[in-house]
Amino acid sequence: MEVGKSFKRVDAFDKVTGRAKYADDLCPKNAYVSRILHSTIAHGRVIRIDTAEAAQIDGVVKVLTCFDVPDRPFPTAGHPWNTDPGHQDVADRKLLNEHVRYYGDDIAVVIAEDTVAADRAIRALTVEYEAYPFVLDPIESAKEGAPLIHGERQNNNILAHSSLRIGNYAEAIKEPGLIKVEGWYHTPTVQHSHIENHICFAYQEQGQRVTVCSSTQIPHIVRRVTAQALGWPWGKVRIIKPYIGGGFGNKQDALYEPLCAWLTTQVGGHPVKLDVSREETFVNNRVRHAMHAHITSWMRPDGTFAARKLEVWSDQGAYASHGHSVAAKGMGAFPQLYPCDNVETDAWTVYTNKPTGGAMRGYGIPQAMFQNESHIEDIVTALNLDPIAFRRKNSMPVGYFDSFSKNELYEDSFNQCLDKAIEKIDYDRKRARYRHQTGPVRRGIGAALFWYNTAVWPISIETSSCRMIMNQDGSIQLITGETEIGQGCDTVFAQMAADTIGLRLEDVHVFTMQDTDVTPYGSGAYASRQTYIGGFSIRQTGQLLKEKILKHAHTLTRMPADLLDIIDGTIVRKSDNRALMTVGELATRTLYDMERSEHLAAESTYAVKSNAYSFGVTIAEVEVDIPLCQAKVLNMVNVHDCGTLINPQLAEAQVHGGMSMALGFGLYEELLADPKTGRILNDNLLDYKLPTTMDHPDLLVDFVENAEPTSPFGTKALGEPPTCSPAPAIRNAILQATGVAINTLPLNPHRLFEEFTKAGIFRTEQEVISPPSPGRSAEISRVTINA
Amino acid sequence: MIEKQYKQITFTLNGKQVSTSVDVRESLADMLRREFGLTSVKKGCEVGECGACTVLINGDVFASCIFLAIWADGKDVMTVEGLVDTDGHIADIQQAFIDEAAVQCGFCTPGFIMSAERLLRTGKRYTRDELRKELSGNMCRCTGYHNIINAVEKAMNARLEAAGKQPV
Amino acid sequence: MYDINHIYEANSVEEAIQRRIEQPQALIISGGSDILIGIRAGKLAGCDLISLYMIDELRGVSLDEDGTIRIGSLTSFASVTKSPVIQKYVNVLGEAADKVGGPQIRNIGTIGGNTCNGVTSADTASTLMAYDAIIELTGAEGKRLVPIEKFYLGAKKTDIRADEIQTAVLIRPESYRGYHGYYYKYAMRSAMDIATSGCSVNVRLSEDKKRIEDARICYGVAGPIPLRTRSAEQAAYGQPVSRDTVEAFAAGALKDVNPRTSWRATKEFRIQIQGELARRCLTEAINRAGGIWA
Ligand SMILES: Cc1cc2nc3c(=O)[nH]c(=O)nc-3n(C[C@H](O)[C@H](O)[C@H](O)COP(=O)(O)OP(=O)(O)OC[C@H]3O[C@@H](n4cnc5c(N)ncnc54)[C@H](O)[C@@H]3O)c2cc1C
Ligand code: FES
Ligand code: FES
Repeated sequence: MEVGKSFKRVDAFDKVTGRAKYADDLCPKNAYVSRILHSTIAHGRVIRIDTAEAAQIDGVVKVLTCFDVPDRPFPTAGHPWNTDPGHQDVADRKLLNEHVRYYGDDIAVVIAEDTVAADRAIRALTVEYEAYPFVLDPIESAKEGAPLIHGERQNNNILAHSSLRIGNYAEAIKEPGLIKVEGWYHTPTVQHSHIENHICFAYQEQGQRVTVCSSTQIPHIVRRVTAQALGWPWGKVRIIKPYIGGGFGNKQDALYEPLCAWLTTQVGGHPVKLDVSREETFVNNRVRHAMHAHITSWMRPDGTFAARKLEVWSDQGAYASHGHSVAAKGMGAFPQLYPCDNVETDAWTVYTNKPTGGAMRGYGIPQAMFQNESHIEDIVTALNLDPIAFRRKNSMPVGYFDSFSKNELYEDSFNQCLDKAIEKIDYDRKRARYRHQTGPVRRGIGAALFWYNTAVWPISIETSSCRMIMNQDGSIQLITGETEIGQGCDTVFAQMAADTIGLRLEDVHVFTMQDTDVTPYGSGAYASRQTYIGGFSIRQTGQLLKEKILKHAHTLTRMPADLLDIIDGTIVRKSDNRALMTVGELATRTLYDMERSEHLAAESTYAVKSNAYSFGVTIAEVEVDIPLCQAKVLNMVNVHDCGTLINPQLAEAQVHGGMSMALGFGLYEELLADPKTGRILNDNLLDYKLPTTMDHPDLLVDFVENAEPTSPFGTKALGEPPTCSPAPAIRNAILQATGVAINTLPLNPHRLFEEFTKAGIFRTEQEVISPPSPGRSAEISRVTINA
Repeated sequence: MIEKQYKQITFTLNGKQVSTSVDVRESLADMLRREFGLTSVKKGCEVGECGACTVLINGDVFASCIFLAIWADGKDVMTVEGLVDTDGHIADIQQAFIDEAAVQCGFCTPGFIMSAERLLRTGKRYTRDELRKELSGNMCRCTGYHNIINAVEKAMNARLEAAGKQPV
Repeated sequence: MYDINHIYEANSVEEAIQRRIEQPQALIISGGSDILIGIRAGKLAGCDLISLYMIDELRGVSLDEDGTIRIGSLTSFASVTKSPVIQKYVNVLGEAADKVGGPQIRNIGTIGGNTCNGVTSADTASTLMAYDAIIELTGAEGKRLVPIEKFYLGAKKTDIRADEIQTAVLIRPESYRGYHGYYYKYAMRSAMDIATSGCSVNVRLSEDKKRIEDARICYGVAGPIPLRTRSAEQAAYGQPVSRDTVEAFAAGALKDVNPRTSWRATKEFRIQIQGELARRCLTEAINRAGGIWA
């Protein structure tokens, strides 16, 4: 069995030697370069762009503006296409936009022989605008009278609103003696900050077809979007996806592939490279939606819920991209993580004149978990309950079934994860020790749970295809449409394929590159779907191939096929375990057989009609230097129930990465827009504070392996879940340390200064503080008691 | 008209002396990629912030994106390609990155390996926090650094042991 | 590719000065970790450059006969930190240099660039000012020595004449002998960051280690250029080594600092931090000096 073992990554050698090819490494040397001119107003219309001077610059090949592009709005979200027009993504942007909707919108392009010429030409362009009022806050933007951002399509800025009603909230809150706990929770705009920026190059061949080689997570979807943007038949576009330097959801969007494809058509098919700068990655790609949530919980004095309400505003930015799906997923967690008989939820996704919100690792759940798990801590603080006991008692119970997704909580995952985490980080002892502290530097420890849903069924199709081609030596090429983006799927897919057929891992060669001309359809790397979804088609295709092999084995060995099996690349007679021949011998004889030559191969598609919960917990221990307004994570543990581990070492590595991203989300990162202009202020890695090596503690990870019954390999989500619960755990730890509940991320020194000032703790820092009491911070949940 | 200015430079690249005429406007990173096909030299920011383009110059770490190619004249430049011997054997630090699962997307990896190689060559013993400081000019968004520190620590201990010093 | 119109490479100080005279429009580039960033951002695109990078005579730290520490302008941050002279006599400067960016930046960035750049956040600047360093400029007429406080004329403005380059940073023995100090870089993360505020303090204690004889404090980002807060220094002169003195010192510092609100930080926040940094830096400096607390 290869599944369950910590094999080294199949791509590791190429990556440590610099041989792994990323998009830029494959770009033809003669490619032209291109640069984009971005708007310097947040909202308005381009009246005129003077290109005369730019076009004269030595080395400039062509200058193209928003007045030259096809008048064809297209959607960019990396969702599988939906043949029902009512469920298709919103098509609201053009290749270059005359109506500019954020500071930095794409309005013109220069194609040149080198970057110096291109940059000079960009600087030489002069633009005349008609400026409109702009709005940067989604709550303001949702109001009547806000400047219309997509007036062409809709007469307000609300991209979508959805709601959910369970029981009768209005009646339930009348129950006497209820304690009402309410609060606002804010999460900021952050950016994926993969180290390789998005880059693509395009050229034309075979007459009119266009090929785009791109750093994308979703080649098949990008092909469709590119064709739609150009108004071409889909088969005329070919997308090639080599290794990519991280994506985290940003590259789960058609970013600049459509524009790049169009550019090559404007220069006779000559290769054109579009290499996005770090600054553009921050401003002109996608970001995580900032959200503003208000939660009200009506509690009985015994610590049970009577009724709950959530209202959330999600900041879409200028263009729809993934749109409301993100806020909707976040909202969906609310009634499930802590079930309650009476629930009202509303979520609005609202356009603003800011960079576009897209998919980012966790897809609304990191925001939702900050809202939910901060609020739960505020409840236990208000009611003076034990935070762990409260969560054990009120979180989703074993046997919980969601009729929409058909997901079920089969095992006692939350308690099992909590038990492990508590032990691993020595929670009980530390929690008790940090109860009464004095002095300027204090410690605290806090927990948070997370809820996750592995894939996207039944909201979208979940389909995956796989092809296996056997070589004469009995090894195979494994080709799927699911993409390696660093998460290690090539390796676990190889393990799955090896197990299904009965080969050794070294017999499986993963064709890592996706080329839509060659690779069967797969939706690509998003949600936390690939290991779960890919597993179905790999299993199915492997079985098909195995059947074929055994059929030939029957011919060659005269033994009945059902007496035969394949173990470690050898055909074995099950009755006496005798090795009859190797798969290699079989493959060679089969291919070169004078009578019935056959090239052994199999291909299949599996339409998955299930989904799976994935749960876990974070406990964080922090140290807060109150006068210096600094919080530091000393220790942090994540425990996950992600089903059976296919490759334990890679699974752990995946968790590290997610925790790290959440450390940034919790303490450091925020993309700032200038309130006066809408310009992004910190569009570089010096001003946007990704935590560095020195800001990271050692990370503790553990697993509870409850095999997921719907998955052929017992697996479920692990890609995104690690990044969902650390931020609220850190926040709750700071609450224990200082008594200040801070409801706005990131918890950086600026925020701590503001909140400590409001709470008045600078002067009281020498005092003993007893268990954190609410009401110190202006923003903490207000607590009122029903008459 | 841009009047292009070139300079003939000679330097040691991965142990071999090379000579080339370089456009004075070019960064070392661009020259290594374009002229020498050294694809291990990655670019993630072009302003010295991410460390993906880290190479060794005279044994010290530099961000090759903000180092003018002409300044390489007379220097000894080393990239990850130079760690692999002619038989294809990779260095201990590369193997440690593989073994410790310190590689994910791989884009930061060559830069990290060069920073690690520099400090391994000092023959000093570093604590985990000291390793963090030595590697703080390299950013990684995939790994949370945990396994990277493990890999460097492991290679360090092995080298120290080989040199007769007690591992930590 | 950098949009450089023409680059003049100097191999000696004389050649550099000659180029300065011939090409008055050209900018000086040492390590380039400020200049190249500016070119890429477009602000300096199309410029001419005079490169000092190859002038090895400007690298290194030495001790003059009279005890003056001489740091060649092209000395990298890493070399400053590693220098035995620095470690022995002005280790705070080495520590400050070690807080810059990350290892790669510390190898390319120079102390000359850090001071000539004229920015208030420069990590070595506050410490140099707290040591009353002298800037040595060399021009057609020879050398000119300028106290560092006078060298800074305003934000991004320094006193370098058209024919000059900075050739060294000097620290006089009377500025460092008997002094112990501490530099705190306050930033949003532990590496790769520009100081939200920096604070460098050095003190000289009485023989019995119970009194402060002299104290100097200089901030980064408490004003447009590195700022000595004389009210703090006055509050410490001759005072006992005590908590009260530390408090008076911090109060004095806050009288003089004048940070501004920008998107990077509010004035109020900077003031909170600056007060606390004065306390911590003085405390640590006293401890390093072997102070005996009252
Ligand atoms: C990623 C990154 C991180 C950074 N982090 C920090 C940090 O933490 N702390 C910090 O203080 N700085 C930081 N910097 C800024 C920079 O590294 C320093 O200011 C460095 O000292 C500049 O030195 P240089 O030789 O590279 O300067 P250059 O760019 O070559 O020059 C800087 C300026 O000084 C002038 N100049 C240089 N040398 C001379 C001379 N000998 N005579 C006259 N004029 C001269 C130049 O004309 C230019 O105006 C960082 C920069 C980057 C890119
Ligand atoms: S590309 Fe050189 S440091 Fe980022
Ligand atoms: S492995 Fe992806 S950035 Fe480090």
